[in-house]
Amino acid sequence: MLNVRNVTKEYEPGKKALKSFSMSIPAKGIFALIGRNGAGKTTLIRILATQMALTAGSADLNGLNVIKDADELREIIACVPQEGRAVGWLTPRQFVVSYLMWRGFTRKDATARFEKVLKELNINRYADTLNRLLSGGTKRKVLVGMVMSSEAKVLFLDEPTTGLDPISRHELWNTLMKLKKDHFIFLTTHYLEEAEVLADNIGIIEDGRLMALGTISDLRRKVKYPYSIKILSDKRFTKPKKGDIIKGVDGHYQIVTTEKEARRISRQLIDKKVRFSMNPLTLDDIFYYIVKKPIAEENYVNEEEHY
Amino acid sequence: MSMKRSIISQLIASIMVNAIYAMVNYPIVLVSTILAPFSLLIVIAFVSHGALTPIAIGGALIMTMVSSGTSMQQDLSHLKNDFKVQDMVVSSPTRAWVYLLGMSLSEIIYSLPALIVLSILAAIYLHTGVLGYITIIAVMLIMFAFASSLGFLLSTLSSDIVQSWAFSGIVSTILSALPPVYYPITYIPQPFQYLAYLSPATYAAQIVQNVTGLTSFNSGAIALDWVVIIAITIITLFIAIKKSKWRED
Ligand SMILES: Nc1ncnc2c1ncn2[C@@H]1O[C@H](COP(=O)(O)OP(=O)(O)O)[C@@H](O)[C@H]1O
Ligand SMILES: [Mg+2]
Repeated sequence: MLNVRNVTKEYEPGKKALKSFSMSIPAKGIFALIGRNGAGKTTLIRILATQMALTAGSADLNGLNVIKDADELREIIACVPQEGRAVGWLTPRQFVVSYLMWRGFTRKDATARFEKVLKELNINRYADTLNRLLSGGTKRKVLVGMVMSSEAKVLFLDEPTTGLDPISRHELWNTLMKLKKDHFIFLTTHYLEEAEVLADNIGIIEDGRLMALGTISDLRRKVKYPYSIKILSDKRFTKPKKGDIIKGVDGHYQIVTTEKEARRISRQLIDKKVRFSMNPLTLDDIFYYIVKKPIAEENYVNEEEHY
Repeated sequence: MSMKRSIISQLIASIMVNAIYAMVNYPIVLVSTILAPFSLLIVIAFVSHGALTPIAIGGALIMTMVSSGTSMQQDLSHLKNDFKVQDMVVSSPTRAWVYLLGMSLSEIIYSLPALIVLSILAAIYLHTGVLGYITIIAVMLIMFAFASSLGFLLSTLSSDIVQSWAFSGIVSTILSALPPVYYPITYIPQPFQYLAYLSPATYAAQIVQNVTGLTSFNSGAIALDWVVIIAITIITLFIAIKKSKWRED
């Protein structure tokens, strides 16, 4: 189990990156922590991966406390930091073999492990090219290869797929799906789609707080309504008989509601010549719904004065 | 379930990453490390018509160790801040002391080509016995311990390359511009001699100059020199261990 209890992190007085964050999840399969930039994902991962102290609270993984039992915990973990890069003046082979030797493998074992991962990640042809000459995506793969070639059973990956092209991303997903059979992978991402494909459990973090935790279907159930109407013109909107109104990431108001109510509202909108789009809720909508509280009553407009 | 880990492998990893691969992949690095100690040495030798050559060689031996040590600061900062290698290593079974010992050994390996050339020059120009050479080596190692502790301490305080440059600018002024390692301290006009004594390298240089018979000091002064360099090394090492942050706050 991974237990996080009321973890608070204050970088500077009054500036909290984590605010009494608590969660308890099984330490197996893939856990995806989703949140916007600045939500606190890296802060949490760095605390759990024993890189950073916490201000208050406690956390343990398989009974090992991240502070008190750090040395034991370090025996079983490996981490790809968000801004981690394969050292520029080394080749992937030199870098990964050195990493494994840092972990205490002999050169021979380290080399054998690297060879295995090379094939798996499909980066054979870059094995002996200087890292600084590799594309961003390949560099990223080298780092994932680095931790997966180790003996660590717990992998912390901070945004492993950010910046990857769609094909590389899917390749990496396949790799992670295989890895999760005998690893616990704690990853962060911006993409709900990625979490849906990979994760056994998903946590949504916003402003240092856990907003939701569960499987993707648990999260879907959090939103009671299956349809979304996005008002594209800046006209105001009507209060739906059922449903919520949220302000989406692009600043457009969005009505989430039942299918029937969505049809009714859309007919009204057509009559009033308001531009809008209507869709079944996407994963992104669910994310915004969870992260952004529905807007307050006083922002609603009465039926009479709408549009 | 925990595997047997080889500390030798762990040390070699630091040496490979920070020294060997840098030289193998970028041969120009090798040229620059060999040349580094000779710039001042050559100037002093020519300007003094050879009179100061032996002193300057002794000085170059000391300064090579000092700058290998302070290179720790830049190298550790670079790996920590620009590649996040230290985060990767912290989240692994590698202990802080193993990583740091490996990195400091890598600095010596990095300077090895220069040290070999300087040693040959020392054998030719410095006339001293076995005890003299042992003394020189001891001083070199103490200065290295001092400078690398200082380098490590500063690396934990710098969070990006600009800070790291600032630190190394200050350190190199205090440790290498100020002290009279390439020439006798009497060459420095009086009030500035006191300034020179702010640098530990000054004391190290006096011991080396004394043991090679190039200048002579009374035994009380030399004893004091030893006390100063050993004390400052222990203090710096102690502060480095105490203050350094393996896990960030
Ligand atoms: N070293 C730091 N010092 C001060 N504030 C920081 C530091 N690192 C992160 N923060 C702040 O903490 C918050 C969370 O950051 P982070 O954990 O990196 O978020 P995420 O990884 O979700 O993008 C942000 O507001 C960020 O500005
Ligand atoms: Mg982050």
